Amino acid sequence: MQISDDMIKYVAELAKLELSDEHKEQAKKDMSDMLEYVNTLNELDTSNVEPMSHCFPVANVLRDDVVTNSNDRDNMLLNAPDKSEDSYIVPKTF
Amino acid sequence: MYSSKEIRNLTAVELGRKIADKEITSVQATKAYLEQIENTEKSINAYITVMAEKALERADFIDKKIADGEIWSNLMGVPMAIKDVLCMKDTLTSCGSKILGNFYPTYTSTAVENLLNAGVVVLGKTNMDEFAMGSTTESSYFGATKNPWDLNRVPGGSSGGSAAAVAANSCAAALGTDTGGSIRQPASFCGITGIKPTYGRVSRYGQIAYGSSLDQIGPMAKDITDCAAILEIISGHDCKDSTSADRDDTDFTSSLENNVKGMKIGVPKDYFLDGIDEDVKTNVLAAAEKFRELGAEVEYFDLGMVKYAIPAYYIIACAEASSNLERFDGVKYGYRTPKFTDLNDMYKKTRSEGFGDEVKRRIMLGSFVLSSGYFDAYYVKALRVKALIKQAFDSAFEKYDIILSPVAPTTALKIGESLSDPIKMYLGDVYTVSINLTGIPAVSLPCGYDKDGLPIGLQLMAQTFNEKTAIKAAYTFEQSFKENLRHSPMYE
Amino acid sequence: MSKEYEAVIGLEVHVELNTKTKIFCGCSTAFGGSPNINVCPVCSGMPGSLPVLNRAVVDKAISIGLATNCNITRNSKFDRKNYFYPDNPQNYQISQLYYPICRDGKIEIETENGKKFVRIHEMHMEEDAGKLIHNTFTGETYVDFNRSGVPLVEIVSEPDMRSADEVLAYLDKLRLTVQYLNASDCKLNEGSMRVDVNMSLREKGTEKLGTRTETKNLNSFKAIKRCIENEFERQADILDAGEKVVQETRRWDDDKGYSYTMRSKEDAQDYRYFPDPDLVPLIIDDEWLARIKASQPELRDEKKERYAREYGIPEYDIGLITEYKELANIFEDGVNSGADPKKVSNWIIGETLRLAKDFETDIADISFSGKNLASLIKLLDEKKINNTIAKQVFEHVFKENVNPVEYAEKNNLIIKTDTGALAEMVKKAVAANPKAVADMKAGKKKAMGAIVGFVMKEMKGKCDPAEVNKLVMEELAKL
Repeated sequence: MQISDDMIKYVAELAKLELSDEHKEQAKKDMSDMLEYVNTLNELDTSNVEPMSHCFPVANVLRDDVVTNSNDRDNMLLNAPDKSEDSYIVPKTF
Repeated sequence: MYSSKEIRNLTAVELGRKIADKEITSVQATKAYLEQIENTEKSINAYITVMAEKALERADFIDKKIADGEIWSNLMGVPMAIKDVLCMKDTLTSCGSKILGNFYPTYTSTAVENLLNAGVVVLGKTNMDEFAMGSTTESSYFGATKNPWDLNRVPGGSSGGSAAAVAANSCAAALGTDTGGSIRQPASFCGITGIKPTYGRVSRYGQIAYGSSLDQIGPMAKDITDCAAILEIISGHDCKDSTSADRDDTDFTSSLENNVKGMKIGVPKDYFLDGIDEDVKTNVLAAAEKFRELGAEVEYFDLGMVKYAIPAYYIIACAEASSNLERFDGVKYGYRTPKFTDLNDMYKKTRSEGFGDEVKRRIMLGSFVLSSGYFDAYYVKALRVKALIKQAFDSAFEKYDIILSPVAPTTALKIGESLSDPIKMYLGDVYTVSINLTGIPAVSLPCGYDKDGLPIGLQLMAQTFNEKTAIKAAYTFEQSFKENLRHSPMYE
Repeated sequence: MSKEYEAVIGLEVHVELNTKTKIFCGCSTAFGGSPNINVCPVCSGMPGSLPVLNRAVVDKAISIGLATNCNITRNSKFDRKNYFYPDNPQNYQISQLYYPICRDGKIEIETENGKKFVRIHEMHMEEDAGKLIHNTFTGETYVDFNRSGVPLVEIVSEPDMRSADEVLAYLDKLRLTVQYLNASDCKLNEGSMRVDVNMSLREKGTEKLGTRTETKNLNSFKAIKRCIENEFERQADILDAGEKVVQETRRWDDDKGYSYTMRSKEDAQDYRYFPDPDLVPLIIDDEWLARIKASQPELRDEKKERYAREYGIPEYDIGLITEYKELANIFEDGVNSGADPKKVSNWIIGETLRLAKDFETDIADISFSGKNLASLIKLLDEKKINNTIAKQVFEHVFKENVNPVEYAEKNNLIIKTDTGALAEMVKKAVAANPKAVADMKAGKKKAMGAIVGFVMKEMKGKCDPAEVNKLVMEELAKL
């Protein structure tokens, strides 16, 4: 499968990555090569096979509705690149 | 009184026993390993963070507890290294990435917490391929790790730092993680032993996710006894991980038995066709024959689906990774680009500057296979193929207790060799990725050496939650291989 | 000439469930605290953290599903919806796309045009986002994750509604159902219920659906009604002009009374949904379903029927009382404490609603006990207080849930049964009001009020006006 410039631009936007022109060409090549390679899967007829997300049948892992966490704001905010006294700060969204 | 050298020549379990018997203190042991870190780090770069002061403080605390008569486990006081993908409270946890180059978690991963509760001393955090994506440990933001057997070669990856540290004897044992072979392949390249446990055996809480349905934490150590002892400590149910298994068959050291009589071992013929080094093939097949000598029933069979494992794996792993790594956005922690015009620009610059090439490559592929119009053709297709691979393994395990194979088609590659061609690098995962897709456990242990004297790994796979069978087979083989076992030149 | 159009409306309703903790972690869902205090590694998207599902969320979702006649999905799963936004700490939201918890339900609504069913397409569980607080002064946005991870159900209807009235009837029915189930307080103005309106027009009599728009930011029933009327006009004008309606997301501005484009189809998101590998499937077996069924409370329609049957109170009263679960609770509590149903009803639809209005109390926040109302009624029945005093006491029942007997005794409001004293006072009153007495004798019955009023005033209200009336008549007869 050939990957177009538009497709690379679209995927980069979804992934929030900024690719330089040079990187874009490389990314196009890498992705085309990889998709060509993974197309070997199409040799297999899987029309009667259920997709398998989890390898074993585990179900219903649930917690009780009980508060277990307490305020750890100050420690958590220590990692924030930009913060106020009580909040994370990001470039404006309005 | 033991010398540092003598202390380091002990396995983790041997050392633990001597510490418990008060023949050696944890402080002495910790000093012995810190000394070796000092000796080897300049050449191999196995650690991202060495916590000398904290480790000694902790060792001193452990020694006091032991003096008070407390014994928390058979590894109490033993100095270990932790792969930098596992969160540790107030300790730099970078995942080998610039984007987490300043991240100090407020919590500790459950596996590490279990080790700490067992009295283990943490020496430091080991180097790795960025976000565990790679099989060479060259993609770390903190520089490549070198193989202690040959400094021009890679230690394998992504747990290359942990493997190199064990091989260079700069820790008594280590934790690694394995998403597509990241414990087993570096163990093979570095001539040590490692276990990739059954998916769900060890809690993933606090492990920075790469491919959530594939990731699993496991031990990397000097021998299978150490691995079993560590696995016994780190495994168990964790209510913080929905995929964690609630089982009580975790007494792995009980299966350290020298006996494979009547054990049925299958060797997939289709694993030895092309692309495999002659030396690897010879030694692994010799190991199979050794098992026959030891009393096992060895049979060659066609496993099937071999060439579909890598494509299915990369689609699933990259898809999950593209989503797992969305949280690295310069808002809550880690790197944020210094210059940006608006929110979207901040996101893109932060991520483009913060992630390395291989990570970006996988995020791009993963985002593509999940995108509208391609989801069914790639992602869902890969999940169907995964089901077929699982079927192939299930039917093999109806006949065999163990499937025996190489870990990797080659021994350790030269540094830089695989960087130019990603697909070629991915092909090196041919024997390891199916284990993650199917969730089964596998042990990697040394079984020979190639013409350059580089270690060759043997992989023993068992059915879901049958680690004990693999451990027993590994222990029996290890006993027969004792005379031939070599250490890296840096070990001493 | 302009054509005649018909609106085709479907709703997406988000309801915040009132569990104690968030959907995937043990953080409190308490509302209104300081920013980022109810936050942990899971709900702030810290690396290595993992979600674990809250059982109460599933119970409440199933309960709503059953009450809205849905099929409960026996094997349900969670998916990730991927998009970057700072209120979404993982940059993906855990939701349900492929196997939502409920499907194919229906709700019966009633408008002036009669009864009809609105079908429910599906209902799924998901996590709420954090809050963004804009600082226009610094040009920055502050992020608060307290709400991040609070459980939501999204209820998606089929496009079965044709007018604003039907929409409001549907929403009211849904709100009442969820409130009766104690699954949410459903307050539009506080965001615990959020409504997005999907709407298109078609020529009356035709079947084919037109291009639809989605409108967000509707914070009251009034806003929803206005928005639908406004959108009808807007789309009709476009169609009349021979142009095409653009498929887009619009935002309602209630101050200005119109909506504007938020997002058009071109920059529609590609959410890359896929099953969340961190969560395991949810299998609802017969036992689980039976347990929820057994604990389903009586819903409004059932209550209405029963009130009419058991208590025989007027339909009008029943409508008002069952409009709020809280009122119905007080009513039943009062009746069960032995009071006459109609009397209890009168106090609820009369004084209670009047006081709620006077004190600007949200009806859902009314919490006095029906038992106290019953004992107030008993005091009245036994003539231990009169109506005026009763109203005074009731105000305290309403506000502080006081025990009326204790309150009346403590404040010396109980009518003295000392008839001698009352008879004395009546004599005094007759003597002190000669003009009224003369008027009475002249046949002016209204003059009675002055004499009775005198007694009531002197007795500080602690007497039964009927008794006073009787005594005055007797006294006058003696003259």
